[in-house]
Amino acid sequence: MIIADRKPIDDIKNMLSPYKKILLVGCGTCVSVCMTGGEKEVGILASELRIISELEKKGWEISEDTIQRQCDREYIEPLSEKFEAADIIMSLACGVGIQYMAEVFPRHMVLPAINTTFYGTTVSEGEWQERCAGCGDCVLHLTMGICPVARCSKGLYNGPCGGTDKGKCEISSDLDCAWYMIYNRMKDLGKLDMIGTFIPPRSWKASLNGGPRKRVREDLKK
Amino acid sequence: MKAGSNLEKVFASGGFAVTGELGPPKGNDGEVVKKKAAMLKGFVDAVNITDNQTAVVRMSSIAAATIALQAGIEPIMQMVCRDRNRIAMQSDLLGATAFGLKNILCLSGDHQSFGNQPGAKNVYDIDSMQLISTVKRMRDEKKLLNSDDVLEGEVKMFIGAAENPFAEPFEYRAYRLKKKVEAGVDFIQTQCIYDMKIFREWMKVVCDLGLNEKCYIMAGVTPLKSAGMTKYMASKVPGIIIPQEIIDRMSAAPKDKAAEEGIKICCEQIQELREIKGVAGIHLMAIEWEHRSGEIIEKAGLLPRPKID
Repeated sequence: MIIADRKPIDDIKNMLSPYKKILLVGCGTCVSVCMTGGEKEVGILASELRIISELEKKGWEISEDTIQRQCDREYIEPLSEKFEAADIIMSLACGVGIQYMAEVFPRHMVLPAINTTFYGTTVSEGEWQERCAGCGDCVLHLTMGICPVARCSKGLYNGPCGGTDKGKCEISSDLDCAWYMIYNRMKDLGKLDMIGTFIPPRSWKASLNGGPRKRVREDLKK
Repeated sequence: MKAGSNLEKVFASGGFAVTGELGPPKGNDGEVVKKKAAMLKGFVDAVNITDNQTAVVRMSSIAAATIALQAGIEPIMQMVCRDRNRIAMQSDLLGATAFGLKNILCLSGDHQSFGNQPGAKNVYDIDSMQLISTVKRMRDEKKLLNSDDVLEGEVKMFIGAAENPFAEPFEYRAYRLKKKVEAGVDFIQTQCIYDMKIFREWMKVVCDLGLNEKCYIMAGVTPLKSAGMTKYMASKVPGIIIPQEIIDRMSAAPKDKAAEEGIKICCEQIQELREIKGVAGIHLMAIEWEHRSGEIIEKAGLLPRPKID
């Protein structure tokens, strides 16, 4: 899922300063699961903003809504009346949701309440970790299901580098060395011969370097 | 001859090679490079010109290497994958060879979080293994990556890389060297060696795999300057292992004699390394100690350096 962090309250406050009628919109999918932008978090932010408004005489009128998915037109369109009634919309969805709401309602400005950070998973209660970089050319079959692009600090295709330290990355003792994990997994599964295979330079065209990406399925197009 | 560099000639003649290290200045004064080059001249067969080591901005490796060459010492231009994409790297290789540089050391590079630009975006378009194969392709096939057009001119580079026998997983490190040899490396400089036992074990596998026949292996040494530096390197620098015995020796030395003790240990290590099968040379990494490199090389009995035309 997409993982996100809420922006610092001062940043949110500054963004909202010029406005009065504020609509906060949460998203019921990824950011809800990672506890950043779901219904509950919308409620918490709304309470914080009401307190600030009271203390600092901002005169804000805060309304709240959370839709199933901000990356889907059919869930966004029913918000039409609420958009019209607001001076400003603040979204607690990922960058996709924020942009798509603005696309569906081009006359309105949609502000981000959160920073979209990575594609990851919940590894334990309160901890999320990155797993995929969306690089467009998956090599997980060569690396035992551990992604060197997302999980090696240098994104090496032929690791590990000389900085592996007791199984940790040279940049932090909190960070597991991806290539150390790949090696051990190959060893455990009797596939050590795989680490000897040279992975040649890849094309980054499939990644963001080829420009914004789109996917077309002619058979599904109307 | 692949590139015809002095370093390659020393190896080819069966000599025991010696390389040093020259860190470019954190400014643009070419005189600093010339002074350091003068200190090393006659003591080494070639000298590594570091490429923004520890991710601190310094004079570029290619420029400092060119100044060193003009000052009469053969440079080994280091190139890290952290800062340039394949366009810049191949372009720099064309430029470097145009300036007469003949040795390259292909490295991943220290992570930018260690340096003075921690917010930098790293590149790693290709990794060090892929860089080795890219340089080899340019040299041997006269082609750029992803192109079958034949290059104009010749990219004569003697290709080096680093390997660290002291980074985990230990049992994989010799096989990683094999991968580098297959990618096209001509010589290797190892991470600084303090733990002879681990190094000997690594070297044995290297020889068992026949890698010492396919590339020249230079054992890396770094003289310890003080007890503080020893403890810092032992505990804080990733991929460095210093046995307790050496820590004790450095700690026991009086403060004003610690540097001498460090040099003594270094010379002993060089003697021991020379005897190990497969070791074709010494790479002396005397960090910001260029002025003492000559003394160490002399004390280690590595002079005079061979003169080959």
